[in-house]
Amino acid sequence: MNLSDRVTDLPESGIRKFFELAEARDDVISLGVGEPDFSAPWAARTAAIDSLERGRTSYTSNRGIRELREAIADHHRRYDQAYDPGDEILVTTGASEAVDLALRALVDPGDVVAIHEPTYISYGPGVELAGGEPLSVPTRAADDFALTRERLAAAGAERADTLVLCYPNNPTGAVMTGEQLAAVAAFCREHDIQVIADEIYAALTYGRDHESIATQPDMRERTVVVNGFSKAYAMTGLRLGYALGPAEAIDAMNRIHQYTMLSAPTTAQYAALEGLRSCDSEVAEMVSEYDRRRRFVHSRFREMGLDCFEPRGAFYAFPDCGGDDERFAEELLESQGVAVVPGSVFGEGGEGHLRVSYATSMRELKRATDRIETFLTERRQTP
Amino acid sequence: MSDEREVLDVLTTNARESTADIAAQTGLDEDAVEEAIASLERRGVVHGYQAVVDWDRAGTDRVRAIVELNVELDRETGYEEIADRIAKFPAVEALHLVSGDYDFAAEVAGDSMQDVSGFVSEQVAPIPEITQTVTHYVMETYKDGGVRFGDRDEDDRLSVSP
Repeated sequence: MNLSDRVTDLPESGIRKFFELAEARDDVISLGVGEPDFSAPWAARTAAIDSLERGRTSYTSNRGIRELREAIADHHRRYDQAYDPGDEILVTTGASEAVDLALRALVDPGDVVAIHEPTYISYGPGVELAGGEPLSVPTRAADDFALTRERLAAAGAERADTLVLCYPNNPTGAVMTGEQLAAVAAFCREHDIQVIADEIYAALTYGRDHESIATQPDMRERTVVVNGFSKAYAMTGLRLGYALGPAEAIDAMNRIHQYTMLSAPTTAQYAALEGLRSCDSEVAEMVSEYDRRRRFVHSRFREMGLDCFEPRGAFYAFPDCGGDDERFAEELLESQGVAVVPGSVFGEGGEGHLRVSYATSMRELKRATDRIETFLTERRQTP
Repeated sequence: MSDEREVLDVLTTNARESTADIAAQTGLDEDAVEEAIASLERRGVVHGYQAVVDWDRAGTDRVRAIVELNVELDRETGYEEIADRIAKFPAVEALHLVSGDYDFAAEVAGDSMQDVSGFVSEQVAPIPEITQTVTHYVMETYKDGGVRFGDRDEDDRLSVSP
């Protein structure tokens, strides 16, 4: 086949290699998983089954069923976000589709798109597929991996047209406070930069509530917020996300969506609607469980002398492994059967770190952290 | 959330957690955890720690029944007194005063159905205030103590994903 340059130019994902290494063994405890270990709340699952029993297997309106958009609008009041379900919300096939649509709707060929790194791996390729030029903005452990004005300036981001912002962050577990967001927002206003804010982990914050950059002064009209049900509602496989933004941007995204997707999966839309209607307590229970694991993992890392800032969001810790992260991860897998993802996979600034997912049971976390401790002890003895 | 509440949340998930692990999960220091547990026990908030057992799998003969009890109160005798008399029998594993068609729901365990029915007819029914008993034998237990029985769910997630 004659493949397009567009696709042959795309880099291979660094995750792939670790997936293959881990899959080749059957005794692996994996802390490399980027999705919840829970199943979706039972009420949401029964709503999906019920919708199938009623024969709701046709397309929905392009933008998603009206009740779902209304429920999403209500839900977002908790983040001080107000969007009109009529023309400011688009339901998509996973948050991934929303990110892709936002990039294709906002980015012209040659446009510069700033992406803070380390971050989720899809934005760079998404920008390239949209014809834009990704500009890496490394964040630093010294700032707890928050994006700062200084880092934006150091990377030359004033020439960016768009910024992709992902907090709470995968892979670092970092969150941004209102004050930190205000500085980034000021930079964006000064240099006329629009923002795609991937807030898929908004519900998973610990000790403080999520704040959105879209609620900063004059940012609503220049921001597309992406969110979804995968993480908070443990619905990754149902593929349901959405975008919130000014009608102009949502219209543009919907124009692509209606040609390429038509509508998000109908069954998943009914599951999501029930999730919003009745599953707050299940989500809260999952958040408390993640919080216990988060504290456990963080405290164990400190005990074993693995330097790690306290993550405040998502379900990842991002310890400093004190050297070559890829080699560390490979050797850890080889000698102890524990899979983690090397930080450098997530871009500049991630090197020397490991992404450790605590979306796994406490029992497994205990075994895995004990093995990591053994690994560190052995390494220290045999330099 | 209060310290005690945090400790309770861990204990109700897994009562066998060590003090060190509870401390790690709650962010409290070990002394504070010990203190919270001691206080919970002293005040009768935590009455005990028990395993959640699937007796069918344990291969032990054991029969459980839920027994509905209707009572008639008189001037001298209230629910408390009757409950106290019933709860003293070791075969009564749980006892609740409930709303609805009957007064008490008792969970009774024994080695056999005869054992349980003998206990109900010889020990419980003769209590003067009890006017009626209805015994429901447990045929199958699907969930107990908040834990679902049956086959454990396999983790079918990809071992490494972005």
